[in-house]
Amino acid sequence: MITAIAPPRENYLTHEYGIKSWLLTQDHKRIALLYLGAISFFFFLGGIFATIIRLELLTPPGDLVSSQTYNKLFSLHGIIMIFLFMIPSIPATLGNFLVPMMIGCKDLAFPKINLLSWYIFMAGGALILYAMLRGGVDTGWTFYVPFSTSYANTYVILTAVGIFIAGFSSILTGLNFIVTIHRMRAPGLTWFRLPLFIWSMYATSVIQVLGTPVIAVTLLLVAVERGFHIGIFDPALGGDPVLFQHLFWFYSHPAVYIMVLPGMGVISELVSVYSRKRVFGYKFVAFSSVAIAVLGFLVWGHHMFVSSQSVYASLIFSFLSFMVAVPSAIKVFNWTATLYKGSISYDTPMLYAFGFIGLFTIGGLTGTFLATLGFDVHVTDTYFVVAHFHYIMVGGTMMAYLGGLHYWWPKITGRMYHEGWAKLSALVVFLGFNLTFFPQFIMGYLGMPRRYHAYPPEFQVYHVLSTAGASVLAVGYLIPAIYFIWAMRYGQPAPDNPWGATGLEWQTSSPPPPENFEITPVVTQEAYDYSILEEMTVG
Amino acid sequence: MANHTLALRHQFDDVDQQKDASTFGMWLFLATEVLFFGGMFCCYTVYRSLYPAAFGAASNHLSVIWGGVSTAVLICSSYFMACSVNSAASGRKNALITYLVLTILFAATFLVIEMSEWHNLYTEGMMPGFNFTFHEGDFRHVQLFYCMYFSMTGLHASHVTVGIGILTVLLIRAARGVFSPQYHTPVEVSGLYWHFVDLVWIYLFPLYYLVARHVHAG
Repeated sequence: MITAIAPPRENYLTHEYGIKSWLLTQDHKRIALLYLGAISFFFFLGGIFATIIRLELLTPPGDLVSSQTYNKLFSLHGIIMIFLFMIPSIPATLGNFLVPMMIGCKDLAFPKINLLSWYIFMAGGALILYAMLRGGVDTGWTFYVPFSTSYANTYVILTAVGIFIAGFSSILTGLNFIVTIHRMRAPGLTWFRLPLFIWSMYATSVIQVLGTPVIAVTLLLVAVERGFHIGIFDPALGGDPVLFQHLFWFYSHPAVYIMVLPGMGVISELVSVYSRKRVFGYKFVAFSSVAIAVLGFLVWGHHMFVSSQSVYASLIFSFLSFMVAVPSAIKVFNWTATLYKGSISYDTPMLYAFGFIGLFTIGGLTGTFLATLGFDVHVTDTYFVVAHFHYIMVGGTMMAYLGGLHYWWPKITGRMYHEGWAKLSALVVFLGFNLTFFPQFIMGYLGMPRRYHAYPPEFQVYHVLSTAGASVLAVGYLIPAIYFIWAMRYGQPAPDNPWGATGLEWQTSSPPPPENFEITPVVTQEAYDYSILEEMTVG
Repeated sequence: MANHTLALRHQFDDVDQQKDASTFGMWLFLATEVLFFGGMFCCYTVYRSLYPAAFGAASNHLSVIWGGVSTAVLICSSYFMACSVNSAASGRKNALITYLVLTILFAATFLVIEMSEWHNLYTEGMMPGFNFTFHEGDFRHVQLFYCMYFSMTGLHASHVTVGIGILTVLLIRAARGVFSPQYHTPVEVSGLYWHFVDLVWIYLFPLYYLVARHVHAG
């Protein structure tokens, strides 16, 4: 079963041809590819901004760009990477492709809404791009008032409306996933037989559905305040700017978990398949996703320790933030316990999984530093915070996204990528990432503030290291872009189940037929039961 | 039965699953709507507790009578929506059409009353950003009250407008005889949405027209 290459069958890629068949498709697999194209574009765009930022910071004086331009650069880097890349990254591409396949159904519950959400995403993205071309925005991705509503002289409303629109795409995707996971599982596929990727997508979707509307309405109020010059948040007009921060972080903290939970789901799949063992403590890992989603809604105040928030509130938010470490640690410990006595193979996706576990651990542990009130006051708005969240976002989610993309690439395209280049680039990404962001912990601790385009000369050595790392990292991202595109046409044809995995998505052809399965699968065993696969192979 | 299979989309196994999924999807959508309005209700709550006197003074400029009438009108609209769902479920096409028309008419009446309210506030100089001439007492927080009032009733009115659009589509489909006792999920889920829109107003009316007034009187 593992080696047999099926005769060419009609698949979702060859089922229909032409641009119209893509732009009007309701097939979740094709929509996943539409998203893949769009977010890859946004990723490289956000990467260009990061490159200019790192080049500016190579030398202490602000010599490459003006401070005004620099503000726009880091704002656009943040806005594009968070709202147009990270948030849709795993859910809208891998999630869209895999959720129906993993639960053994033909499509998501609402295929038209799925397509609609892509168009909404593109409309939001187009608006943000338009604002960028008109001159951009300089408020940072956080849109703090009263700067954003009364003082910023840039395209705040256009950008905010773009994010507002893109948010609905996120809401609709989450809604679609929840309904699909609840109502459309294959016969025999009980909740505790679901792959852990599905559990984490479920938890992510809950946050998308409940969190996103709050930032939508908050940005709407910012746009109204700015557009009509009326006071909702501006203290000069009777409003309260701290209230804006509460509303903003009520979404934007859970949004961190929208970004990292799907990554954790991918890692659970990878760790299991490449150690050929059931994930240790399956139920704990599953429920830890739900616990992270719930706790994620209760910790937003840790972004506001220095915002004049009540010190008692800060104490409670600090305590709750430490609580998030518990389910996160459960995941890390259970992944490592899964490796124990496993039959481990070091294929590319597994290299990314190892990268994720290490980097996420550093990112998570520095998160507990930041949850400590006294320490946080010292490093607020410094590069320590920048390094911390890049360890979670880039070291965590981006690693998982690349790992997942490699792992499911044969299923998605029906072709294998080049293993040698892939291993090399995984290594380059890991080294480049650490070189870029580890020095930022040190300079942040020493007092280098974030969002400054000029700095005292004593920080230069760290900035030079960081910029050098960023160039290595850029190479690490370019290599996969090249060999993935190459593999789409020239890669070896992929067998149906190249990794010997147990998930339902591997039991259909590569690439899958338009309706995913020739016959609706019936599930009789728990997830990750490799003994059954071996019997099937022998038989 | 033919109608039945026609309406079943390919991704579902049977009609029950399809209906379940649609209804569940709408409930989830309403959950996002609760949070959507929730952000604004949160702002309202914070500001009202900070500036109760200004909110009381501001509230006195709203007409309780017209607020009450529009509440009654919207409740009637909701009632006719319930009748529409009932008629669709029992397959009475003409009753469905009549009730949908009534639902739309009452919704439109609600909008007309609300817009005339807005117009009155505008001419009285109580519309921040356009015409705000009120300068007595703590006028900055009176302005805040009206910022919240127009944002929230505006968001609600946009939901009513979208609702009228949805109901019009339902009306056209009902006239074409699409709905049957076996297949009337769109009527049902639109009904859920419509009752939600009504329910939001049930909170907005006392918060803006009644509660703050009481604070002022005390």
